[in-house]
Amino acid sequence: MSKISRRKLITTGLAATAGASGLAVAASLARRYGLIPPDGGGLYGPGETLTYAAHRLLTRHSLAREFNRQQISKPPFPNEVAPLSGEFQRLQQGAFAGWRLAVDGMVARPASFSPLELKSFPRHNQITHLACEEGWSYIAEWIGAPLSYILDLVGTLPQARYVVYRSIQSGWWDSIDMADALHPQTLVAHGMNGGELPVAFGGPLRLRVPRQLGYKNVKYLTRLTVTDSLKEFGKGLGSASPEGGYAWYAGI
Amino acid sequence: MADSVWHPTSVPAVPVTTVRWRHSAVVRVTHWITTLSFLALLVTGAEILVSHPRFYWGEAGNVLTPPLFQLPIPASRSTVPTGYDYVLPDQNGWSRYLHFQSAWVAVLTGLLYVVWGLFNGHFRQNLVPARADLSGRGLSSVIAQHLRFRPARADEAWSYNVLQRLTYLLVVFGLFPLVIWTGLAMSPAIAAAVPAAVTVLGGQQSARTIHFFVSVFLVLFLLVHVVMVGLAGFRSRVRAMITGRPATQRERT
Repeated sequence: MSKISRRKLITTGLAATAGASGLAVAASLARRYGLIPPDGGGLYGPGETLTYAAHRLLTRHSLAREFNRQQISKPPFPNEVAPLSGEFQRLQQGAFAGWRLAVDGMVARPASFSPLELKSFPRHNQITHLACEEGWSYIAEWIGAPLSYILDLVGTLPQARYVVYRSIQSGWWDSIDMADALHPQTLVAHGMNGGELPVAFGGPLRLRVPRQLGYKNVKYLTRLTVTDSLKEFGKGLGSASPEGGYAWYAGI
Repeated sequence: MADSVWHPTSVPAVPVTTVRWRHSAVVRVTHWITTLSFLALLVTGAEILVSHPRFYWGEAGNVLTPPLFQLPIPASRSTVPTGYDYVLPDQNGWSRYLHFQSAWVAVLTGLLYVVWGLFNGHFRQNLVPARADLSGRGLSSVIAQHLRFRPARADEAWSYNVLQRLTYLLVVFGLFPLVIWTGLAMSPAIAAAVPAAVTVLGGQQSARTIHFFVSVFLVLFLLVHVVMVGLAGFRSRVRAMITGRPATQRERT
């Protein structure tokens, strides 16, 4: 029977103390630098936090791969959506002329834009890959106004940390951090594959976040809210996805 | 029996320092953590797969694209044409959370094991086969023994034979790195950060297809591994991987 030596006890104790304080320091640093996702608590919090923090530390500025025209999927696949609301159908009958995208929250000049106004903004075209969490994907050309341009226009306040975005469909909302909101490839998309953005793919307006999975690309966009905290939105988990069991950060 | 009791005559014949450890503490701890995280990855991976049991080659693929192949199983999404007239319950949310959390556990544990193994000579001593064993005759004799289901020799409780060594090396340095790589290559943020990791594989759908096949090979390894442990003596082998010793004191004397 081997006895635990005093030396071993002391080394183990020191290592445990160092490990615990190291973790505490890491956690407080992570909080300070915004590396903990809004769904970073609970059973799966450690994994989510590791993924989000690693991606933000290592890949904050990377650009999504862009493809050539020959690689565009013919035809792309629009995922199913819940039956469109009466309000949506009314606006659709008017060719979306009455559609508004409101921008509010921590901005100097709250505003609201029609699809026509958004189309007059600088256009960004990208041919990127959209992957669904289920495993399928397609490549398409997206045309839209960079979200960073819109945020500049309304003047986001320095304390802004997230942009919450909402669909006209009730209960469909999400949010991204400023790294993704100000990313040059993040668009308020109004066109696809050279034409108008079809309703099945989110027309008239869809948020396109090419470094995250399909479900972060909310369709039928009506409102952007700039905020410094997600606590007041829904259950405080950052979007409807974690409330339905899915991760807030979908860069994985 | 209390060790502190003084026994003037019954000094143990084998001093404590000569007790042989079959597996070091690091091997034992990392083995079981990897086992748990692998099982979690397997169950959740299968669950995620069920939402789209079709596979493609290249960058993109969906239900409007001809698949490379489709598994003949029902799906958890109604958008997938499976030939079944029912849809399985969707459990992707927690499956994805648990899959990625377990992946972190498996990757960090594997990293610890590999770095430790490289530094202290574990791979060189215990896993790299001796040159003589790699000869045609050496290999064929071991294979013949396996084919005849010969029980393991007594000394094999203390060392791995050449087939075991090659298999473990393939799993540690081939299959696990490949399953991690193909898993990461499916991530849109990683694809943005390290495009070559995706293009070398042929695209994101190719990465998914390879991820599936490597997982199948890992499951095959797990099955054969457990069967071989059973044939070699389940209790003694599992005890060695838990306590470090193949047999209790009584069994050895």
